[in-house]
Amino acid sequence: MNNWIEIGSVTDIPVLGARIVRRGSANIAVFRTSDDTIYALENKCAHKQGPLSEGIVHGCRVTCPLHNWVFDMQTGEALGADEGKVPTYPVEVRDGQIFLSLESAGNTSEPMAANG
Amino acid sequence: MKERLVVIGNGMAGMKVVEELLAQAPDMYDITVFGDEPYGNYNRILLSPVLAGEKTIDDIMLNDIAWYNENNITLHSGCKVDYIDRLAKTVSTNDGAKTPYDRLLLATGSKPFILPVPGHELKGVIGFRDIYDVENMLETSKAFKKAVVIGGGLLGLEAANGLALNGMDVTVVHLMDTLMERQLDFTAGAMLRKSLEEKGLNFITEGSTEAILGEDRVTGIKLKDGQEIEADIVVMAIGIKPNIELAQKVGIYCERGVVVDDTMLTYDPNIYAVGECAQHRGIAYGLVAPLFDQARVCANHLVHKAYLAYRGSVTSTKLKVTGVDLFSAGNFSGGEGREEIVLKDANSGVYKKLVLNDNKIEGAVLYGDTGDGAWYFQLMRDGTDVSDIRNTLLFGQAHLGDAGHGGSNVMALPNDAEICGCNGVCKGDIVDAISAKKLFTLDDVRAHTKASSSCGSCTGLVEQLLANVLGGDYSAAPAEKPMCGCTHYPHDVVRTAIVDQNLKTIPAVMKYLDWENADGCASCRPALNYYLICAWPGEYEDDSQSRFINERVHGNIQRDGTYSIIPRMWGGVTTAKELRAIADVTDKFNIREVTVTGGQRIALFGIEKKDLPAIWADLGKAGFVSGHAYGKALRTVKTCVGSTWCRFGTQDSTGLGIKIEELTWASWTPHKFKFAVSGCPRNCAEATIKDFGVVCVDSGYELHIGGNGGVKVRVTDLLCKVDTEEEVMEFSGAFMQLYREEAWYLERTAPWVERVGLSSIKARIVDDAENRLALFERFQHGQKFAQIDPWKERAEGESHKQEFTPLMETA
Repeated sequence: MNNWIEIGSVTDIPVLGARIVRRGSANIAVFRTSDDTIYALENKCAHKQGPLSEGIVHGCRVTCPLHNWVFDMQTGEALGADEGKVPTYPVEVRDGQIFLSLESAGNTSEPMAANG
Repeated sequence: MKERLVVIGNGMAGMKVVEELLAQAPDMYDITVFGDEPYGNYNRILLSPVLAGEKTIDDIMLNDIAWYNENNITLHSGCKVDYIDRLAKTVSTNDGAKTPYDRLLLATGSKPFILPVPGHELKGVIGFRDIYDVENMLETSKAFKKAVVIGGGLLGLEAANGLALNGMDVTVVHLMDTLMERQLDFTAGAMLRKSLEEKGLNFITEGSTEAILGEDRVTGIKLKDGQEIEADIVVMAIGIKPNIELAQKVGIYCERGVVVDDTMLTYDPNIYAVGECAQHRGIAYGLVAPLFDQARVCANHLVHKAYLAYRGSVTSTKLKVTGVDLFSAGNFSGGEGREEIVLKDANSGVYKKLVLNDNKIEGAVLYGDTGDGAWYFQLMRDGTDVSDIRNTLLFGQAHLGDAGHGGSNVMALPNDAEICGCNGVCKGDIVDAISAKKLFTLDDVRAHTKASSSCGSCTGLVEQLLANVLGGDYSAAPAEKPMCGCTHYPHDVVRTAIVDQNLKTIPAVMKYLDWENADGCASCRPALNYYLICAWPGEYEDDSQSRFINERVHGNIQRDGTYSIIPRMWGGVTTAKELRAIADVTDKFNIREVTVTGGQRIALFGIEKKDLPAIWADLGKAGFVSGHAYGKALRTVKTCVGSTWCRFGTQDSTGLGIKIEELTWASWTPHKFKFAVSGCPRNCAEATIKDFGVVCVDSGYELHIGGNGGVKVRVTDLLCKVDTEEEVMEFSGAFMQLYREEAWYLERTAPWVERVGLSSIKARIVDDAENRLALFERFQHGQKFAQIDPWKERAEGESHKQEFTPLMETA
């Protein structure tokens, strides 16, 4: 996989929070769970394009701030009664630094636990 | 090795326990189920619609055979257990096979009661209990014409209606003078009889069956008064009795049913019992709603969590005869110390009776208009004091105001009628989902259809749909509703535990109360964060990641991801300097739209998140602080100009409004909180639809509480009248604190006041001066830590910088 970039350290993202990586007009939301797993998803809810980075993170899920759609951050799939999918991006954590691949991985993203 | 669970009885009660087990601990037990009937588990309460031709057997199947396979459950259907060896812990079936168990669950249900009169064993004499009976009736109706139903109770009438719809000539013989006398009083019973007679049914009341006639097959019945009635089929529907044959045979202690304790355990420590075969605190229930509660408790103990207890159920019934609306719950026949409130309109076929005991609803009978059944039932289960609303109680919840949603008969609406206006869900979608996906509760419907999951104003309609589709056994309003799917505990229990157990962080609360999902969810985390802020002012550190985005960034997220902000304008008063500052930031930051709000302030729209701190810095220089227009917090204090300018003004309403706002701003509350102060009874500030409204009069100040101008328009209740501004401040703070400490998260003052009752609030604020002062002091103490302008903190501080800047910008 090409296009890996270093985007910052795990501690730059609040626990159970997210920051965004700006990429022209599009944004990628990078999330940190309570066990320091990092996930990256396109910052656009499959429903009405709400910014998922502003949602509440719980487990490996995030709830969209606009209409409460819930997504599995690993697969990008909407949960519950809603149907939809948000593109995910591969991330890797090495020595506490987060590396992001800018090629959308669909649902093949394998998150890595932080070891730093 | 896994423990072995054997379930005797493949009905709704037993399978509900199994479903709970599979959800909570799927790998804990090897499960074996024995069922008499050759089917999977079906919804027995929907047999009547099957008989009436409104549903098919497939429609009412809850767990088909495939489900047992998928979940690795061994099902022996059409197989009768005839012995339990309690020492060896095995059950044996009629074919001689033995199955060992570690835990045994008795869910043998009940049997129809068959009158032991001569001829009761003739062919064509049946009960109304299972698919076999229904098929028997359907078959008979094809070849024969005349039917007699013995028993004019719920089941009997549903059977009679179904047989009539299948073309039979039906006579109902009832021992008492009133139909459904266990659910209806005389008046409602008579109205019911009239409308069923109009549907073509015949009735003989006070008719006692002496014998069933016939040689091989039934030909008729004979009554004690000598009357004979022809019949090709006789349906005995005079009641059910718990099926305890097996339990009795093996010496498990039984009375009417198998006696269980509050954990659903029988006198044998390895054997549980649930459903209609069980007798709990002297009651053997014959309805499905209690069974769900029992199953939840039983499963909780089977998975060794062991913290739930079953304390009995309040039940309601609804006749499943299409076109007849009837609801009854609790004790409706009155008695010593009981009061009755009755509304009767015979021409339009409406009859409503509520029985009150000590100002609490103890029973209800509704005929013709049952739309408010769920509401009365909830008031009853919650034990709500209705003294403040009793003069309008019978007119229904709509009369308390619900934006025009109430009063309508939802079943009369077409399938494409929109029920949930927020999510665009139509009636047909909801009805289909309830049937197809086997939904039983409001939360199920919300999860599967989204209906009622946003503003909640259609909740009543959705509950009506549930009640109508499922029939009367739908459990309308569990008194103890869990906070969310992460916990079994309701709000009150959680709040009490936080204070009593000195729980001071969200993880501590979750740990102590066995939260089922680590980190909770987007629903419980904000609630817990608020409860901790309220309980431990100054000690608890606000968890911004448990805040909804608006409260985390102190602006309102808009549909395009930009933000709007509203600076505070104390009491709605502004100055040239403030207006200039707003104009300047509008130009400087290219703010896309400026509007005047309903709360007498100015809102700025279309702001990029990264610009927020700089805008706040500029606004701060002009003296502005956050208006908290985004928060579950004190919003505005709306005022009129009062005695300073207005020729009618009696007091300085503007000045008082500013003082109240200075006292209460930045206070976090369970839901948003709005004040208003009007300078005279003309009430230009609309104080009587606010959470707390002050109406100035010549002699002082009227204080009004619990109003709402939003989802459900509700006019305030008068709390009291006071003489001085100082008292207004003290009462305002005390009221807010009581609301802060007692209401559930996301519960506005209006439903809170209705839930706890105006009298209870008056008692603690108006009548008890000491308590009022204590509340006011706690309020002021909390304000010491709350009144820090969040905009200033973010405009100046480095600590919040992460929130407003991207992690990285890339090409």
